[in-house]
Amino acid sequence: MPAPSHNNARRDIALAALAGITPTPGVSKPDPIIVADNVVRKFGGLTAVNVGHLEIQRGAITALIGPNGAGKTTFFNLLTGFDQVDEGSWTFNGTKISGTPPHKVARMGMVRTFQLTKALYRLTVIDNMLLAATKQKGESILRAALPFLWNAQEKAATARSEELLTRFKLIDKRDDFAAALSGGQRKLLEMARALMVEPELVMLDEPMAGVNPALKQSLLGHIKDLREDGMTVLFVEHDMDMVRDISDWVIVMAQGEIVAEGPPNVVMRDKAVIDAYLGAHHDSTLEQDRG
Amino acid sequence: MDFIFIAQQSLSAAVGVNTIIFALAAIGLNMHFGYTGLLNFGQAGFLAVGAYSVATLVVSFNFPLWVALLIGILNSIILALLLGLPTLRLRADYLAIVTIAASEIIRQVARSATFNKYLGGSDGITGKFGKDFFALNPFKSGLNTPFLRYNGNDLWVVVTGWTLVIIVLFVMWLLVRSPWGRVLKAIREDEEAVRSLGKNVYLYKMQSLIIGGIVGSFAGFVYALSRQSVQPDNYGTALTFFAYTVLILGGAARVFAPIAGSIIFWFLLVFIEQMLRQAVSAGYIPEWLIGVNQVGQIRFMLVGLGLMMLMIFRPQGIFGDRKELALDARA
Repeated sequence: MPAPSHNNARRDIALAALAGITPTPGVSKPDPIIVADNVVRKFGGLTAVNVGHLEIQRGAITALIGPNGAGKTTFFNLLTGFDQVDEGSWTFNGTKISGTPPHKVARMGMVRTFQLTKALYRLTVIDNMLLAATKQKGESILRAALPFLWNAQEKAATARSEELLTRFKLIDKRDDFAAALSGGQRKLLEMARALMVEPELVMLDEPMAGVNPALKQSLLGHIKDLREDGMTVLFVEHDMDMVRDISDWVIVMAQGEIVAEGPPNVVMRDKAVIDAYLGAHHDSTLEQDRG
Repeated sequence: MDFIFIAQQSLSAAVGVNTIIFALAAIGLNMHFGYTGLLNFGQAGFLAVGAYSVATLVVSFNFPLWVALLIGILNSIILALLLGLPTLRLRADYLAIVTIAASEIIRQVARSATFNKYLGGSDGITGKFGKDFFALNPFKSGLNTPFLRYNGNDLWVVVTGWTLVIIVLFVMWLLVRSPWGRVLKAIREDEEAVRSLGKNVYLYKMQSLIIGGIVGSFAGFVYALSRQSVQPDNYGTALTFFAYTVLILGGAARVFAPIAGSIIFWFLLVFIEQMLRQAVSAGYIPEWLIGVNQVGQIRFMLVGLGLMMLMIFRPQGIFGDRKELALDARA
């Protein structure tokens, strides 16, 4: 893993690629990593997700925002195979992956984190990391009892884990149980662990939830580093400052549908977005209440 | 009171045939429950399948013993597949319900009149189905020392049984410290997280269920061979819960826990029984308080009390780590 460059080369590339695009829902992008069509998920009578057409630009940081209950997490669950769609399909790198089970989606290079952090509590920090290493020979039952077959690979994975832990400032916690970490450190661990899978697309479900302000800055830096390392990032977030700060493109969902998308400064002034968050009549006076 | 006799009986039980059976049953459960978090409440079913495979195939169908043992292992794999295929995709509680029901179904089928001819109904099967095994016994004269005392057949079962336990434990130790074992422990903590990292959780849970089930059938082999008979009611739910007791006593998810738990469990059971028996017959305990015939029941009450105390003062078991146990409460 190369050391994070802290320059903004990839940011400029991403912004340049997205520059000339009309900010309308469902607009096509020059180099999409994900293309979704007519994705519908219903829970009984409630349509939780109803996305007509959506493309996610490769190499960019895309934010998925929207009020509570907009269907953001459900859409995440659908894309990563954790939930089943009623209709629709989508492709990842041009391959159709709708209906693929979550572990296969992850192996293809599309890895997610969870809104409620899923650190594996009674595993040590280093074991959390090692678990995520890919193509491990020792994970096969036939080879597990013969350590000489997988020792070398395990050593290499340990070295890589330690590098990542150092980068995420968790190396001091290497042999502690994950349960002993603070909420913010667990978020960091989850992100570091996802990187062990060597993903192309990292999907973060509310990475800032429950993180203290001091750690927020470092978490923001880490997410920007993902892009500089050549990964695509799609994240769900409520923290608007964060969205404005790091995202190259913003997609807004409301009531299961995509109501707007575009660069952050354009989207945040969009009438449909303000209506979705505050209600269509938020600045009109409430005549009837005055009786 | 004859303290030498009490010591001899208790120590012989502590490393005896029952200890081996429950240690093996609990090693299987440790794989299921301790490492993978699978709540298997039907371990007795795996023991029954092992025991009945040997007894039925040798007595009713005249199979050679070694063939019967191999088929017994095969049958336990089939049972694991039958239990796992429909339930491992569901939440953990469903496996608990299905396994406890399945083990009862196996027991009821074994004692049914319909299969009386092959499975012996409620009387079970008695016969010399272990004669090939005991023919190999080099210790025909048995063992008689102040601390350990076994007859010839029991001594042979104890020696081969502990050899089996050590081999099984060594393989378990290798497995749980491997990357494969790491995936199991991760599944115990959070299945979804493991899925999100690209592991086929269902496959691992099935492998765990099969391996723990095979070890359970080994316990059934020892149970059947040591007694040269099988009785359906020995394979009730109590057997499963005693195996859980043994496991938790030792400390779940610790490799040596089942052995330590089983030794302590059987030592206490026999020690308390012998102490009470001798105290009653020597007149130290008055007849109106405990009669000789009540000792058998009262020992279980006292053992239960002892286990309760252990769970209160050392809930992590003998080998467990209390800090680790506290982590279970999701912070």
